[in-house]
Amino acid sequence: MAKKLPEVDVVLVGFGWTASVIAQELTEAGANVLALERGGWRDTVPDFSVTHIQDELRYAVRKQIFEETRRSTLTFRNRPDQLALPMRQLGSFLPAAGVGGAGVHWNGQNWRFLPSDFLLRTHNEQRYGKKAIPDGMTIQDWGITYEQLEPYYDKWEYLCGISGKAGNIGGAIQPGGNPFEGPRRREYPLPPLKRSAATVLFDKAAREVGLHPFPAPAANTSRPYLNPLGVQMGQCTFCGYCEWFGCANYSKASPQTTILPVLLKKDNFSFRTHASVVRVLTDSDGKRATGVVYVDQDGNEYVQPAQMVVLCAFAHHNVHLLLVSKIGTPYDPETGSGVVGRNYAYQLSSDVNVTCRERLNPFMGAGALGQVVDDFNGDNFDHGGKGFLGGGYIALWNTGGRPILQEYLPKGTPKWGGGWKKALHEDYLYSTHMQCHGGVMSYRNNYLDLDPTYTDHYGNPLLRLTFDFHANEHAMSKFLTDRATDIAQAIPNRGINPKPRKGHYSIVPYQTTHNTGGAAMGTDPRTSFVNPFLQSWDVPNLWVMGSSVFPQNPGYNPTGTVGALAFWAADAMKRYIRNPRPLVQT
Amino acid sequence: MKVRWAIAGALLLGSAGAAVAAVQVYAPTRSHHAWTSIETGRYLARAGDCESCHTAPGGKPYAGGRPVPTPFGIVYSTNITPDPDTGIGAWSEDDFYRAMHFGIDRRGERLYPAFPYPWFTHMTRGDVDAIKAYLDDVTPVRQVNRAPELGWPFSMRSMLAAWDKLYLDAKQFQPDPQRSAAWNRGAYLVEGAGHCGACHSAKNMLGHADTSHPMQGGMAEHVFAPNLGSGERDGLSGWTREDIIEYLATGSNRYATAAGPMAEVVQASTQNLTQRDLEAMATYLKSLEGPKPATPHAPGADIMRTGAALYVDDCAGCHMNDGAGLANAFPPLRASSAIQAAKPDLLIAVILHGARSPSTSAKPTGLTMPAFSDKLDDAEVAALTTYIRNAWGNRGSDVSEGEVARLRSTLASAPR
Repeated sequence: MAKKLPEVDVVLVGFGWTASVIAQELTEAGANVLALERGGWRDTVPDFSVTHIQDELRYAVRKQIFEETRRSTLTFRNRPDQLALPMRQLGSFLPAAGVGGAGVHWNGQNWRFLPSDFLLRTHNEQRYGKKAIPDGMTIQDWGITYEQLEPYYDKWEYLCGISGKAGNIGGAIQPGGNPFEGPRRREYPLPPLKRSAATVLFDKAAREVGLHPFPAPAANTSRPYLNPLGVQMGQCTFCGYCEWFGCANYSKASPQTTILPVLLKKDNFSFRTHASVVRVLTDSDGKRATGVVYVDQDGNEYVQPAQMVVLCAFAHHNVHLLLVSKIGTPYDPETGSGVVGRNYAYQLSSDVNVTCRERLNPFMGAGALGQVVDDFNGDNFDHGGKGFLGGGYIALWNTGGRPILQEYLPKGTPKWGGGWKKALHEDYLYSTHMQCHGGVMSYRNNYLDLDPTYTDHYGNPLLRLTFDFHANEHAMSKFLTDRATDIAQAIPNRGINPKPRKGHYSIVPYQTTHNTGGAAMGTDPRTSFVNPFLQSWDVPNLWVMGSSVFPQNPGYNPTGTVGALAFWAADAMKRYIRNPRPLVQT
Repeated sequence: MKVRWAIAGALLLGSAGAAVAAVQVYAPTRSHHAWTSIETGRYLARAGDCESCHTAPGGKPYAGGRPVPTPFGIVYSTNITPDPDTGIGAWSEDDFYRAMHFGIDRRGERLYPAFPYPWFTHMTRGDVDAIKAYLDDVTPVRQVNRAPELGWPFSMRSMLAAWDKLYLDAKQFQPDPQRSAAWNRGAYLVEGAGHCGACHSAKNMLGHADTSHPMQGGMAEHVFAPNLGSGERDGLSGWTREDIIEYLATGSNRYATAAGPMAEVVQASTQNLTQRDLEAMATYLKSLEGPKPATPHAPGADIMRTGAALYVDDCAGCHMNDGAGLANAFPPLRASSAIQAAKPDLLIAVILHGARSPSTSAKPTGLTMPAFSDKLDDAEVAALTTYIRNAWGNRGSDVSEGEVARLRSTLASAPR
């Protein structure tokens, strides 16, 4: 029998980035907030201690910092007519478990989306005509504009101490920054990171082929930084252990390094670890969330009543929780009706490896140390006659040169043995790679629902992912890979090895943890689960955070927008708390 | 606004009225004392950091039971909540003053000087009564005191009469008319409630602090509390009054970050003091003489080479190659008085066990250095500390492997 606990004002499912933002904002407004985290407590010391966290075998290969598939996973297939099977090992994407969520192990590549990304359908229809959008492509506008979100992007970037160079301040293009970005109100809080040899080569080559390179906006601090909450960050040491690791010296923005020192002192905030939320409870007519059910490490079940429920878990888990809680109408690909699980999307990335003539010392890196061109992202270029919509950035990321997984050796290098050793010995210090980071549109047949066969640790049906890349994405990716190859050819090199991504989506090799959709935001309850304030249309005291609400996936890493949307939603929640009601009338 | 109403209520209606008026804002006062006495006492109790010692790790505030290691064994702090049976609820103001001034409890038994009555004796009767008023108002907790674990002959309380006769100079602080009001207030706080010398002054074999050369450095539990008097290398000569104030108010300044027991002192005690009182303490500390400067010889080139290599591997990422640290984030090791202290214990202890900087309202982050005890052996810690104490213009005595081994074993067996 579940034990019923005293009611709180707000219960947060998960305790990562979005939960930390919401908790900080709502506790300031006086609410009593509780976060429930399925994983354990983690902090810079001892968990990510310097000289301890830089252990590639333990964290990157054996994946000790991520969720365990034997407790939580999903089933996967490419098409609705296939049988989905459980993902028994992590591969394509790496959700976290533990306080701080994936905010602990991200690289810190922090972007704003383009103004046209938020108006994707309208913009493309206007520029290329309605026929340019193929059948089955279910892209839609976000219900919010870049201009509305800009103050919240700013707030997020100053929270995190982003290092970068503005490209557009109030409409005035800034030399050295990204000339394609939407107007921002001011410079980044910190100057760009110091460049590495490889990023300098990329910058020069990209200019030679007529593109507009700029330093990537990084949540790795280029200087010590005191954020507006009074939390002090260190300065990045370029140790090269960002992605898949926690930061050892307080220089990568994470909940632990930007919010928690202040949040955890508050009397009106509390959190519980090893608390897996298995159900959102609603009242008898399903119009109001009354709290959540969670299970502790020993299998004890608790009912946690709350006035407001906010889903702050990883994208998949938010959608899974909605489906098993029978909230909202599940998406049906046959009819195209229903919204929960609709418009799942991902990222399509490809690489071009370059063996340079100049020695690069690739081990000096940082997660978001990179030089980027945005000329081929979104609708920054004319798609007329190209045969696809959307795009992505091309970057030379110098995230690190770890010994096991970060070698970019020439084409034809054997995978092991003497030939591999020889190539490593001769080429490691000269090797680098470029990434083409492409967006993915949403489609009628890419979606999430409940699996009819397999159940999880708690007896719930697993989430089922049905997803494949479409012709639009393959054409886009080929175009980006060719452009990256053009840049590579302008770098003095001993060899170029383009690695386009071809064929069906595979869940096995790591690509990105940029899974989006399933609880899309929008202005129409028939095609979105939450309104533009991230409030559920059906259950107005239930809110969904994170990339679950993206209606499709632009060509950037999601975290910057996830953070900005959390601040945006928090402002709306404050209005809601003063006067609880649907903030958008249908 | 609500707070102001509550205070007005207290002043107009007396304590009974205060309980009613304050109910929206504060828990009602439990005792018969005036609100202003309680608040004065709360401030002084913080200045004296009473709660830190009188609260067991994870225990109820002021209920005692925290082990206090002394060179003679372990003494457990006592319950000073107003519980009448196990705390000091039945004590009169006279009883409490006798304990604070003479180190004698209500039953007439002598208290161990781990309780710093040799400093509290300097406090005025009014201030001691205010602390009692505050303690009468904290939540009573029923928790029986734990007997000390001392070897013979220190287990005999009768010994303490002789100790008091030898060493206790029971008299209230006498202001020095030649000095400024700020200096006198500072001396009163440092030598009285603050009991800074309990750690920062040298102690003899019997634990008596050297009061004629106060604050020249002494043992604080297991580690050396640095000299607070003058000294170019190991003292506060380089610190301005503002540096001292910033350190006590926030936990760090451009030279140092509080570590070890001092981190707790800043967090629980000094960050709560008024700017005026911190200025007064800084004025007093700046007037103190340091010990005669020692001139340790330069360490050998081999140990410096080993130490430098270890430094690059394990320390330079935060403290930088030039030992300058990173402003506001990681403390400098260059030109630091704590690093060049007469004894290297604090540096060794921080390397072995790590350190969390205080999380204060001004600087909430609590940046933390990890422990290296599992990674570095005694010889490596000795080389590393020797290097840090002698690099970048620093000068401090060499550190031997044996010294590290002793401290490692003491710290491993110390109660936490």
